Amino acid sequence: MAQPTLTGLSCHTNGAQQVQAIQLREGALHIALAGQPNVGKSTVFNMLTGLNQHVGNWPGKTIEQKVGTIHLPDIDILLVDLPGTYSLTANSPEECIARDYIIREQPDAIIVIVNAAALEHSLYLVAELLQLSRPIVLGLNMLDVAEQNGLQIEPHVLEAALGIPVIPLVATRNQGVRELLEAARRVATHPEQFKPNRPSIRSSHAEVLDQVRGLIAEFVPEPYPVDWVALKLLEGDSEITAMMREATPAEIWEKVEAILRAHEDAFLDIVGGRYEWIERMVRAAVVRPSTGPITLTDRLDRIATHPLWGLIVLSGIFALVFWLTYAVATPLQSWLDSAIVQPLITGIQSVLAGAPGWLVGLLTEGVLGGVGTVITFLPILILFFAMLGLLEDVGYLARAAFVMDRFMHLMGLHGKSFLPLFLGFGCNVPAVMGTRIIEDQRVRLMTIILSPLVPCAARLAVVAFLAPAFFGPHATIATWGLVTFNILVLGVLGALIHRLLAADSDSPFIMELPLYHLPNARTIGLFVWHNTLAFLRKAGTIILIFSVLIWALSVLPSGEVEQSILAWLGRALTPIGRWMGWTDWRLITALLSSFAAKENTIVTLGILYRGEGMDLAQRVSSTLSPAGALAFLVVQMLFIPCAATTAIIRQEGGAWKWGAISVGLLLIVSLVAGMLVYQAAALLGLGV
Amino acid sequence: MIYNHYNCAPIPEQIVDLASLPTGARGVVRSLRGGRGFLSRLATMGFTAGTEVTVLQNYGHGPIITLVRGTRVALGRGEARHILVSVVR
Repeated sequence: MAQPTLTGLSCHTNGAQQVQAIQLREGALHIALAGQPNVGKSTVFNMLTGLNQHVGNWPGKTIEQKVGTIHLPDIDILLVDLPGTYSLTANSPEECIARDYIIREQPDAIIVIVNAAALEHSLYLVAELLQLSRPIVLGLNMLDVAEQNGLQIEPHVLEAALGIPVIPLVATRNQGVRELLEAARRVATHPEQFKPNRPSIRSSHAEVLDQVRGLIAEFVPEPYPVDWVALKLLEGDSEITAMMREATPAEIWEKVEAILRAHEDAFLDIVGGRYEWIERMVRAAVVRPSTGPITLTDRLDRIATHPLWGLIVLSGIFALVFWLTYAVATPLQSWLDSAIVQPLITGIQSVLAGAPGWLVGLLTEGVLGGVGTVITFLPILILFFAMLGLLEDVGYLARAAFVMDRFMHLMGLHGKSFLPLFLGFGCNVPAVMGTRIIEDQRVRLMTIILSPLVPCAARLAVVAFLAPAFFGPHATIATWGLVTFNILVLGVLGALIHRLLAADSDSPFIMELPLYHLPNARTIGLFVWHNTLAFLRKAGTIILIFSVLIWALSVLPSGEVEQSILAWLGRALTPIGRWMGWTDWRLITALLSSFAAKENTIVTLGILYRGEGMDLAQRVSSTLSPAGALAFLVVQMLFIPCAATTAIIRQEGGAWKWGAISVGLLLIVSLVAGMLVYQAAALLGLGV
Repeated sequence: MIYNHYNCAPIPEQIVDLASLPTGARGVVRSLRGGRGFLSRLATMGFTAGTEVTVLQNYGHGPIITLVRGTRVALGRGEARHILVSVVR
């Protein structure tokens, strides 16, 4: 029988390969960390492991996997951070990873973090996890937030009801984190003492469940628990159904299917039953005020989610991020360049005074040119990641998605598409990766394809570098105009694709709005650290290699830049450049070089326009008319995604096709836009 | 069933979709409509039959914000129309 394909949802994962790379003493415990989104799980993970973290991907998946180690005096603990999920259905790849990991790797214990301020809701995952029969301890987090919202929770009452250890936590203040680890260690080493109160199915379906279990019991593959598989079949879980169809003899499977068909309503009944069980569990443990107090979240949301004020707040935050970039990051960038990169170049030149010219060129222009780009690019990236981490940590990003939903829908996108697109202002690579938060596969692909139209920090840096020379006092307005133009193109292109290809389909917008809370410096710091490190790894290789390559292409074969391979390529493409008012082949060459990394436009211009006196931007400006200069920046801002982004698009889209579509689409869009802008500017008399 | 205070006659339950509840109103979920994946997402977010939902924000256009099982959940207008509730007086 043919295996049904589950695009992007294949559940078969295995975390063992990565785990083996970590050095642990004999007898180490293996503990998994689970929890829904917005419960402070990553803060707990960071508090427990600090910098002892390995960040990678789940094998065969594009979803981030964090593994940490904790070295106690007498024992080592391996802590695996499972993806944040609301349940353990097969609705998303994250849910598949979480449940497959628990079933296949059989961790010694599971720590589940729940949000005390949204207790019923976050216990749903616990209800599902208890059916997987691994020892569990519960970290009752955000007790401070619950208290601020007028909720009184008694952990020991909850513990008595659930029959599992419940540890009160305020993870942001590091309260209870050690006790949580101790409790997990106790249940891991004494699993026989773990006697939880497990949710049972409503009586209306108990008999049916027994029938299904009886039929399939001997065919359930190891190590899947039979009870759990029977329950998931009754829930209509696509992945488990496919697995059991394969594993069960046809005549028995027919009987199972007949039962399942007759009870298609079972799913809602099972979920309802779990929530009833949760209500019973929390009834005695939670004291609710009769009338809910007006909380901080209510007050802030009156503005932050208001149809008009919400947008004003959002654009205010945008403006602040850009202002910080120009006021803080850009000066820091030039300081790094003059304080570190330039002295290094001068140093190498004096040390290698007697060496052959090509070696000095390779080191100072090729290697140090690339290194310099990477170093000076860091302030902007760190700033963006810090702002993003902060907005996420205080709970604002979900509000941004909420107010943007209407506009995103016009493009066939989703409120959640806004978050990855926002990330794109830092770098398109995390933007494409960030689309994972979108459950709907079609919307996700649309967002991936459109995200390179968001001008990344590297492109903005190129514009910030050239605009003052091109437009003088109007540089700021021109920059704003260029950014706005990119967003407009994104909107128009999105709406067009939506109308032409998928006007009938819409994805559901269901999203939790977490309570606002104070940010945690450690969580944000580690977020910045991991993302910057990831950029350095990428940049350290691709940008450096490319810098050397471009330098080589610009001197080979004769040593003269005017007769180089790169010059030949640029000259060959000059006829296309003429449509946009560019007569200098070096501009086209620089644009082509931006495929490796966007900031290479400047690197290449620097190499090609070397030794002509004046400031680089001035030299470039002198070869262009105002209309041609504008067209150059328009094309530069809309040009094909860089190599790293293209590779990520392939990875996240699941096929090279998507990388190719993205490159082709943006090549056409950028050239057409460049020509239109040039012709329009010429018509308006901007000067050609 | 709700009964009238004065003559003890039953007041018919008023069933409406969640999107038509104004800000501050409450409803009890009666049924959900839609495809399997959609129902699954709604249910795991807490929208199960018999659950009380409070509308925290509804401007008559655009998405709405609800409070369900102590959690704020934002729903698109179209999504909210798929949840039928009986109005709590």
